[in-house]
Amino acid sequence: MSGVRVLVGTRKGAFVLESDERRERWDVRGPHFAGWEIYHLKGSPADPSRLYASQSSGWFGQLIQRSNDGGKTWEPLGNRFVYDGVPGTHLWYDGTPHPWEFKRVWHLEPSLTDPDTVYAGVEDAALFRSTDGGQTWHELAGLRTHASGPSWQPGAGGMCLHTILLDPSNPERIFVAISAAGAFRTDDAGKTWRPINRGLKSEQIPDPTAEVGHCVHRIAMHRSRPGVLFMQKHWDVMRSDDAGASWQEVSGNLPTDFGFPIEVHPHEPDTIYVVPIKSDSEHYPPEGKLRVYRSRTGGNEWEALTKGLPQRDCYVNVLRDATAVDSLDSCGVYFGTTGGQVYASADAGENWAPIVRDLPAVLSVEVQTLA
Amino acid sequence: MIRIELPAHLRTLARVDGEVKLDVDGEATQRSVVDALEARYPMLRGTIRDHVTQQRRPFVRFFACEQDLSNELPDAPLPESVAMGDEPFLVVGAMAGG
Repeated sequence: MSGVRVLVGTRKGAFVLESDERRERWDVRGPHFAGWEIYHLKGSPADPSRLYASQSSGWFGQLIQRSNDGGKTWEPLGNRFVYDGVPGTHLWYDGTPHPWEFKRVWHLEPSLTDPDTVYAGVEDAALFRSTDGGQTWHELAGLRTHASGPSWQPGAGGMCLHTILLDPSNPERIFVAISAAGAFRTDDAGKTWRPINRGLKSEQIPDPTAEVGHCVHRIAMHRSRPGVLFMQKHWDVMRSDDAGASWQEVSGNLPTDFGFPIEVHPHEPDTIYVVPIKSDSEHYPPEGKLRVYRSRTGGNEWEALTKGLPQRDCYVNVLRDATAVDSLDSCGVYFGTTGGQVYASADAGENWAPIVRDLPAVLSVEVQTLA
Repeated sequence: MIRIELPAHLRTLARVDGEVKLDVDGEATQRSVVDALEARYPMLRGTIRDHVTQQRRPFVRFFACEQDLSNELPDAPLPESVAMGDEPFLVVGAMAGG
């Protein structure tokens, strides 16, 4: 029997939610790593029993955990994230040079083909890779040492590398996004990188169309069409049809184009989801109505999905890594909120119900579709 | 033999209950004690002091004999009663909210 496993990272631990393919009754396990911030956990596409988790705390720093049994048991792995060479400086909030300092792992992206290879996006922004199942980590330093690096500046949440997209058609190509430097692409497996921000316009920086400096919140792709990218920027929802070489705005009729996550339907490459948030200073849904917006036209034309979601007095946020989709025939869509709810829809967003209502603030949601 | 009390989160991580008891090579100092602790429990590396600088993490404190030893030099000898195992060496998560 097929089913789904939802991996939830929160401010105070990790939770594993499992259901059969009906997605009506859920088994909730956790908290794992109780009391620690779990920025992200994700399963290996090559081995669904293999999970990786980023565990951190302001007191005791960064840990990486691995499970080989689908999240039942865990073991701590290597947590030595050391920048390659002399790290140099980036810009601080006040515009002065500031040394690169490792703070935490925001995102773990397991290889599409090898369970022992996993990428880590970290704050201060850099990309690391492990090829031994997470025991040792090595920086792909070509990104951080890009000529624009000294001019990168943190966003409000820190200077984090939060998005890693592996191109299923080209193992040499990786996309990443950094707040607030922008999007970058490598075509040589991480040796060299180039900014891919042409077409982005950010009024919050001195040159709104600068090559770098944009606060990209998340990027998503459909695995059948990896040259088409969708982006939720600080403001603006964007689309690229040329692997990031240029971007066009597709915010269309959204009530606000500020937000954090963006997701692509697993079977319909032009169906995308966002969760509009009122503004950069009011991180909650407009009008107190929690609405997921779906476009079936690759952007511009959006419809609100509200059935089962609170339509009054709702002032939660949905963070950048806190949405996911499964790949069952009737596509499941999931998201977690800063109020501790994890909502699921088993019909592509038409109807929603909470799996859990009272977790700690949700930082990330990932879904594994189990055979 | 040195007695060490770890904070709850690090006891969970190291999978130990109660005090840790360790023999330390040479003089008992913060450095030699943490070296021995990390050798026995490698999963603690990076949680008490930084991997590279070996500096104590800012929100970790070292107490013993009702004194805060956090700002003592890493190679300064620990109190005799700690070195003799009469008093524990306390690794403490700083009181910082949360």
